[in-house]
Amino acid sequence: MKKSFLGWNGRKRTFVLFTLALVLLGVVTLWGQLGAEKALETDFSRKDLAPCLAYPFGTDWMGRDMFLRTLTGLSMSIRIGLLAAGVSALVAVVLGTAAATLGRRVDSVITWVIDLVMGIPHILLLILISYACGRGFRGVVTGVALTHWTSLARVMRGEVLQLKEAPYIQMAEKLGTKRLAIIRKHMLPHLFPQFLVGLILMFPHAILHEASITFLGFGLSPEQPAIGVILSESMKYLAMGKWWLALFPGLLLVLTVVLFDVAGESLRRLLDPGSAHV
Amino acid sequence: MLLEARDITFCYDKNNRKILENFHLQVESQERVGLVAPSGFGKTTLCKILAGYEQPEGGEVLLDGRPLSSYGRYCPVQMIWQHPEQVINPRLRMKAVLEEGDQVEERIVGELGIEPEWLSRYPGELSGGELQRFCIARALGKRTRFLLADEISTMLDLITQSQIWGFLMEECTRRGIGLVAVSHSQPLLERVCTRIQSL
Repeated sequence: MKKSFLGWNGRKRTFVLFTLALVLLGVVTLWGQLGAEKALETDFSRKDLAPCLAYPFGTDWMGRDMFLRTLTGLSMSIRIGLLAAGVSALVAVVLGTAAATLGRRVDSVITWVIDLVMGIPHILLLILISYACGRGFRGVVTGVALTHWTSLARVMRGEVLQLKEAPYIQMAEKLGTKRLAIIRKHMLPHLFPQFLVGLILMFPHAILHEASITFLGFGLSPEQPAIGVILSESMKYLAMGKWWLALFPGLLLVLTVVLFDVAGESLRRLLDPGSAHV
Repeated sequence: MLLEARDITFCYDKNNRKILENFHLQVESQERVGLVAPSGFGKTTLCKILAGYEQPEGGEVLLDGRPLSSYGRYCPVQMIWQHPEQVINPRLRMKAVLEEGDQVEERIVGELGIEPEWLSRYPGELSGGELQRFCIARALGKRTRFLLADEISTMLDLITQSQIWGFLMEECTRRGIGLVAVSHSQPLLERVCTRIQSL
């Protein structure tokens, strides 16, 4: 047998990976929060500095520390992404399950709403909702949450419909298992991975949509150091050779999404019987 | 106790042919009844009706003169399915699968040849024959009065088959559980059952 790193088995390695990803995300979020004040500080004596030891990500045209600004922006993005994707996924689970279990009439109403929301272009609906909610953090979160639940709700509906007919669930009923226990023991373990995958796929979507509607001027206000704002501002300076303004925030955004994906994937591996004993 | 199927008529689609028509069956607690019929004659369907999974088009299933549904949450007529992997949730460990049964005794688990180390595994990590033992154990809960065995031994080798049938016969006699066995193998039914009825 191959001797693995530190003699850990696959399960332990996956668990460590999961924890590491979560801790890193947590550190970025916290650090960004704590440095929020300093990220807004302007100092024209240090403007347009290329990356150096004191300012690892350089400074911008107003002398703001890009490292802190990026962290604060990421922290904002992570919070928006998590909140919007979480709410959206929750709506999807509730509506999808309701459609599958509460009878034909409820089903047709919910399916109709899904079709309706899917029929309107995403970005348009997002802008409308965000604008109606007064833009800013709340507007963006509400907008993303209300537009992204549809496809996951469909998946959930299908999954529950299929589960309801599964022989092992019929068997559980005959064995006297209570309804709630059937949902908890038999249905949720099947729905959770779908939920997780939906959540992970939605997270970068939420961040990118936040960035895009902020770019269009319907999202966060321009002085807030969100990743979308940073990227759209730095576009103007890219042509002037200030590559660090876009590169590092962009890389960190990708890294955040990857970290989130790693966390989700390892959690799925820990829970899935197909890989739980690896 | 007496398990009784009265005038059972059943079809899957309204316009389709009737799979069962005015079918009668009476099984006493001390009996072991064998059911034979070619494929597609409704053996499994009959088992599902007797265990309450399907509602018949006409007729009724009675246990001591009362309909099955009046016996509360746990159905006293338990069915063992032909394909164990379909009736076991792939996301539960085997320990949880066993616990779903009605206080299954340790003794039953041991006599069916279930190894203690299997309990911590997932269904995907056991073979069909090993899974079937869990299904049999799970169906033999405290409140089970009748057992329907629908082709339960087709995936087992001959020695295991004889072990399991030997155990089932003894267990049913000891606890006064009535048995309905479905199989394609006439010699097996002749060996196991007290009488044989064809569909």
